[in-house]
Amino acid sequence: MNISIKAALLCSAFAIASPALAAGTHPVTGEALADNQTYTYRMLDDVKSFDPQINTDVEGSHILRDLFEGLVNSDAQGNSVPGAAESWEVSEDGLTYTFKLRDAKWSNGDPVTAGDFVYAWRRLADPATASEYAWYMELMGVENATKIVAGEAEVDTLGATAIDDKTLEVKIDAPRPYFPGMLTHASTFPVNQKVIEAHGNDWTKPGNLVGNGAYVLTDYVPGVKVTRERNPMYWDNDNTILETVVALVINDENIALTRYDAGEVDKTEVPAGQYPALKEKLPDETYSTPRSCSYIYMFNLRENGPEALKDVRVRKALSYALNRDVIVDSILKGGQYPSYNWTHQKTAGFEMPSIDYATWSQDERVAKAKELLEEAGYGPGGKPLELTLNYNTSEAHKKIAIAASQMWKQNLGANITLANFEWKVHLDKLRNGDFGMARYAWCGDYNEPSTYTDLFTSTSGHNNGKYINEEYDALAKAAKTSENPAEEYKQMEQLLADDMPIVPVYQYTNVIMVKPDLKGYPFEDLMNNIYSRRMYKVAE
Amino acid sequence: MLGFVLRRIAMAVPVILILIIFSFVLMRAAPGGPFTKERALPPVVLENINAKYGLDDPLLVQIGTYLKNILFHFDFGPSFVYQDRTVNQIIADGFPVTLTYGFWTFVFAVLVGGALGIVAALKQNTWIDYLAVGFSIGAQALPNFIMAPILVLVFTLWLGWLPGGGWWGGPNDPNSYTSYLIMPVIALATSYLASIARLTRSSMLEVMNSNFIRTARAKGLPDRTIILRHTLKPALIPVISYLGPAFVGMITGSVVVDMFLSTGGIGKDFVQAALNRDYSVIMGITILVGMLTILFNLVVDVLYAWIDPRIRY
Repeated sequence: MNISIKAALLCSAFAIASPALAAGTHPVTGEALADNQTYTYRMLDDVKSFDPQINTDVEGSHILRDLFEGLVNSDAQGNSVPGAAESWEVSEDGLTYTFKLRDAKWSNGDPVTAGDFVYAWRRLADPATASEYAWYMELMGVENATKIVAGEAEVDTLGATAIDDKTLEVKIDAPRPYFPGMLTHASTFPVNQKVIEAHGNDWTKPGNLVGNGAYVLTDYVPGVKVTRERNPMYWDNDNTILETVVALVINDENIALTRYDAGEVDKTEVPAGQYPALKEKLPDETYSTPRSCSYIYMFNLRENGPEALKDVRVRKALSYALNRDVIVDSILKGGQYPSYNWTHQKTAGFEMPSIDYATWSQDERVAKAKELLEEAGYGPGGKPLELTLNYNTSEAHKKIAIAASQMWKQNLGANITLANFEWKVHLDKLRNGDFGMARYAWCGDYNEPSTYTDLFTSTSGHNNGKYINEEYDALAKAAKTSENPAEEYKQMEQLLADDMPIVPVYQYTNVIMVKPDLKGYPFEDLMNNIYSRRMYKVAE
Repeated sequence: MLGFVLRRIAMAVPVILILIIFSFVLMRAAPGGPFTKERALPPVVLENINAKYGLDDPLLVQIGTYLKNILFHFDFGPSFVYQDRTVNQIIADGFPVTLTYGFWTFVFAVLVGGALGIVAALKQNTWIDYLAVGFSIGAQALPNFIMAPILVLVFTLWLGWLPGGGWWGGPNDPNSYTSYLIMPVIALATSYLASIARLTRSSMLEVMNSNFIRTARAKGLPDRTIILRHTLKPALIPVISYLGPAFVGMITGSVVVDMFLSTGGIGKDFVQAALNRDYSVIMGITILVGMLTILFNLVVDVLYAWIDPRIRY
């Protein structure tokens, strides 16, 4: 209750402090702004944590991007633009980055310093924090991160140093041309040491939480809603237009849509399969935009995996015989992309290789599939092809799996048993290699192909099917230092198409409804990095 | 009577202990853990996390530490999934919500269901009876995951009377306290109400056909006295034994109400914790539900003695 009263006071304080921006015109576009600058959106599930170094999920990241600001932001198209860092330089060898911080303040008035970033990054890597995203520090390749996470080096040996209050130097272990882009990730956001030490575990509670973002957390009702109000201390507060951003937890997508229709939320997800109908009914509010995730069936290529799958011809036959168009157009119906490769095709710096079977007609694919299967000695006249496909409980996964098994049955005479498992059981089986084929999906951490391609290197912890190809590993390594890594990525995708360790199924889209008076939503950003301060509501 | 109550309370202790141990073991037997994610954690990171939460200790040590923390500090531990919050906080946030809408569900279901059952019994085989029975069968057949979306459609979209979900946020909330209560109560009460109506009706009919009621009528007692004093009380016994556990079910919430109407109660926390393998939250809520169940069964037993003088402990 106390928290809500505080929120009320804050609300009214802001209302008095900044009446000029509540109405008027947009400073850049000149559009007439609505009086009510409150943006309310639907959130599928409750926030797991407001702590940048602890949060692991996408919905939490949307909120953290409002409450905190990292060194680098992404613009509406997903390009890296300065955030808390005004500018940065990289050394000749590509191993040292020097970030110049802008003059900015925390929401309690403290200046934001390079030391705040050093503190946050050490905190992320520190085994005592036990962050699930500690590996992100390793992925970024910050010097000594791997040793620190493993407890083999002290946290203060991390390759991030505050040269002075406004200069941060970061040393990485290998050149990564996409390094600045990785810094848009919420786990790299700074935190205020003083505040964390003063409040301990309760530092993320509304009223305690201090951030350097455009908004401050004013109210949190677990399982119900999260409210944030504009932060007058933010360096670019003059250009913030939305006063209040409210995330409502609504689990059921159909109820969320009803509440959208009733005007309670400004943005929600389109329930599965309803996109075509809604697009027809409300063409100006219904969107399908690319989203950086890829959906596949993974083959188990381990020793203990099914014998049949050790033959590349069988794997190819299964992939060719799958009609992706049916899955995308008749089951998902949300503008998803039928997929013949692994990396999401809209990823920045990715050039699609000319994968042969992507250009064939489905009839050609099926004919080729039959031929390959026969050569391998399976199917009609040969050994029966019997496999199991694991998927986790979900209406959509089930529909796709049923369709796929029908296609394999019809086209190849294969008997694919469907095995449905509860989520954690499914993951457990994946980890332990206890599957023949399994549904899998991956979402990119940053907008660059290596976030996908690294997954099938032999040392990757996510390569559950244990696809091992030295050439692939060498290419992955070469891509890190390559002048034009697009070439390596292309070759890696080509190897995946030749060896077919996975069946690519489809690539994701965000299928959402957005009220027409809400402007500035980053539809074009593949990574879906939403910054509320760039959005605004126009007068109707 | 006091001796009986004390005996029952003493018996509750081993029951709770067995409940804790069983849930603990069953929970750990389920594949996966709180940190099993689509994105597999590197082994080193997982080790750090397990060390932080003591998940690398032998199971017996873990149970021991767990019991010790509950008994001496009333501390149910941190949530593994909602890492900013402890189990105590999660229950403190969610239980008042479910307690509130559960209590009003109880009041509504008992009053309406009871009245419906009594009227149907008194007017047996008339159109009133058929209407009441028909209504309760219909209500029982209508699951709350159908009810909830329909309520939102009608009250929020079409009529615009109620917010489509959520919970009262304090005095600055634009909607009234009651407006957040109506849909959860209707959605949760419907099937309970139907059961109560049917139980009351059949048990009233049974009592009305018994010998002592015939005697009462023969003595020329007025209908009012016969119904209120001699029929209703004994007829309530089966209803009350149903209401004890039902009340616990209502106040510990419903996953459907919490999920569909975004009330933020522990009904959803409980189910999600099981799916997330959030061990400490599962344990905390299991113990809470277990204790409430024992408590209300005891209340029911005490009520028996008050209603039926033949029952003595």
